[in-house]
Amino acid sequence: MKIHEHQGKEILKRYGVAVPRGEVAFTADDAAGAAERLGGGVVVVKAQIHAGGRGKGGGVKVVKGVAEAREAASRMIGMTLKTYQTGPEGRTVSRVLVEEGLDIATELYLGLVIDRSTQKPVLMVSQEGGVEIEKVAEETPDRIFKAFIDPALGLQPFQARRLAFQLGLKGDQIGKAVRMMMALYQAFVATDASLLEINPLIVTQGGDLLALDAKMNFDDNALFRHPDLKAFRDLGEEEPLEIEASKFSLNYIKLDGTIGCMVNGAGLAMATMDIIKLAGGEPANFLDVGGGANAEQIKNAFRILMSDTSVKAVLINIFGGILRCDVLAQGVIAAVKDLGVRVPIVIRMEGTNVELGKQMLRESGLNFTTADSMGEAAEKVVALSRG
Amino acid sequence: MAVLIDRTTRLLVQGITGREGTFHAKQAQAYGTNVVGGVTPGKGGTTHEGWPVFDTVADAVAATGATASVIFVPPAGGADAVMEAADAGLSLAVCITEGIPTIDMMRALTLVRARGMRLIGPNCPGIITAGQAKAGIIPGHICKPGRVGIVSKSGTLTYEAIHQLTGLGLGQTTCIGIGGDPLIGTSFIDALGLFAEDAETEAVVLIGEIGGSAEEEAAAFIHESFRKPVVGFIAGQTAPPGRRMGHAGAIIAGGKGTAAEKMQALSAAGVRVVRSPADIGRAVQDALGAA
Repeated sequence: MKIHEHQGKEILKRYGVAVPRGEVAFTADDAAGAAERLGGGVVVVKAQIHAGGRGKGGGVKVVKGVAEAREAASRMIGMTLKTYQTGPEGRTVSRVLVEEGLDIATELYLGLVIDRSTQKPVLMVSQEGGVEIEKVAEETPDRIFKAFIDPALGLQPFQARRLAFQLGLKGDQIGKAVRMMMALYQAFVATDASLLEINPLIVTQGGDLLALDAKMNFDDNALFRHPDLKAFRDLGEEEPLEIEASKFSLNYIKLDGTIGCMVNGAGLAMATMDIIKLAGGEPANFLDVGGGANAEQIKNAFRILMSDTSVKAVLINIFGGILRCDVLAQGVIAAVKDLGVRVPIVIRMEGTNVELGKQMLRESGLNFTTADSMGEAAEKVVALSRG
Repeated sequence: MAVLIDRTTRLLVQGITGREGTFHAKQAQAYGTNVVGGVTPGKGGTTHEGWPVFDTVADAVAATGATASVIFVPPAGGADAVMEAADAGLSLAVCITEGIPTIDMMRALTLVRARGMRLIGPNCPGIITAGQAKAGIIPGHICKPGRVGIVSKSGTLTYEAIHQLTGLGLGQTTCIGIGGDPLIGTSFIDALGLFAEDAETEAVVLIGEIGGSAEEEAAAFIHESFRKPVVGFIAGQTAPPGRRMGHAGAIIAGGKGTAAEKMQALSAAGVRVVRSPADIGRAVQDALGAA
């Protein structure tokens, strides 16, 4: 799960990480009020969307005084912000963060993730703050310093200290940086975060260290033990069809093509998208109906698939193993009848009673085409989508 | 021969009284696996479907001489079940559970390594040695004893590969579903190492997915020291970046973990990489013909 910058800062503050003073605002008036409460001087108005690269897209404005803050917020709220992370369609801004302006001396980078290869948390820092860290990693990997953390021991002060020196910090900044890193690690573990990124982490002219940005993602598998974090979910940032699908434990991701896919298992679902593309078509979605694939799931899946009006044909690829294909066929027939699905449907299924299942589909009088292999199914559905 | 599991394996089922545990314990036994009992805390001393049930894995091991365990417990207790298996001295545990928090798994893995237990999974379909025994949910009837080992991050896509190999008469030695989570007990490299030592395995199918760098690491290992023919497929060639494709581990992040990079790394290491999942079986046939 992703959250907004202002929410991330709220969490970090609880763990003792210094963040700029600020308030979230949903209207221009709120933003003006926030600017006033911050002293009426220089403030930064930052669009809150679940994507980075906002500055370049016009989503971050430094302004002076209450009137300018109001104006900046009114321009930002409701705008479609396009960044390198949002894709060409962009995201609509519905809230802004209004923060005190600070005199920045240095911009640094700090990130915490769990490294898959070593199976340990890794704390990464770099002096190249405020820019795309992916580029730094690509072009000058030697400018990123890392500490691998023993999961049983946690981050140790000597590790944080070494990173602070590698960041070029001096004097009492070392102690401040160590305390901040220890607090960030604590927040990371306590919230079951999958990513914690501070870019930039700033040193002010006065020598203070603050998290000027905060990006936190959380492990969906651990949300059951964090009811407080669940409240941070912003449904406005998610695709409505994907929200609907998640209510039925369906894993759906909308894509841009014309061929709807319904598959059991994530790997097979991705492979089905791939084979459609190889056959010359474009998948309209990723949809994993899960291991069960019962009649109710099939019906819900169809409803969600067919709400995407660009779908011209559907490919169902179910490798049941122990699933009974006659039961599956029955579910598909019922769903197609109930929902009045008109587009051609190609079905490839494996499991017990597969011949009986195919016979039921053929004799249903509905617009079904059956296939014996993935390759055949993909070719048939691509041809039908053009029909 | 074959690897990890065979007729001699004495298998425990953690979570045997649950719906999934019961169903798959019966399936495993019907396939020929020696299922010796189960564990459900609080139900120790009872019998379930003819199997003795124990409160702890340690009790079960002492009473049955179990050597391996298959885990079907809910996600909140999944990592704990893995640690209990490791602490009881089992040499192998297969964790089917999907949805275990990553941080739980990270901690559990430190104990798994310290005790020297081999862990398969979590979030995986398990393992099967064709014609002998299985731990997990891979359907037995699609397998046929044969010449090819399979190692895969995926579940049903593994069944697809098994199905193709069976259809072509090539059959399988052992199929290993390593799981689609970011942190797993057994990597592609570990599995390849096992297949390297197995005389019956003449070729290997490696099925990867977008996300992480396990496929690239496997490519380096194959290039350096794996001498049997390998056929590779990577799912997610058409996946958009930044979106988690079902499995927690299947995400292209920061421009890394794309199918194209993985396919290129594997090809460069001499792996026959197929673009279409429908071509896996035929590519193995070609590879064995050429070998």
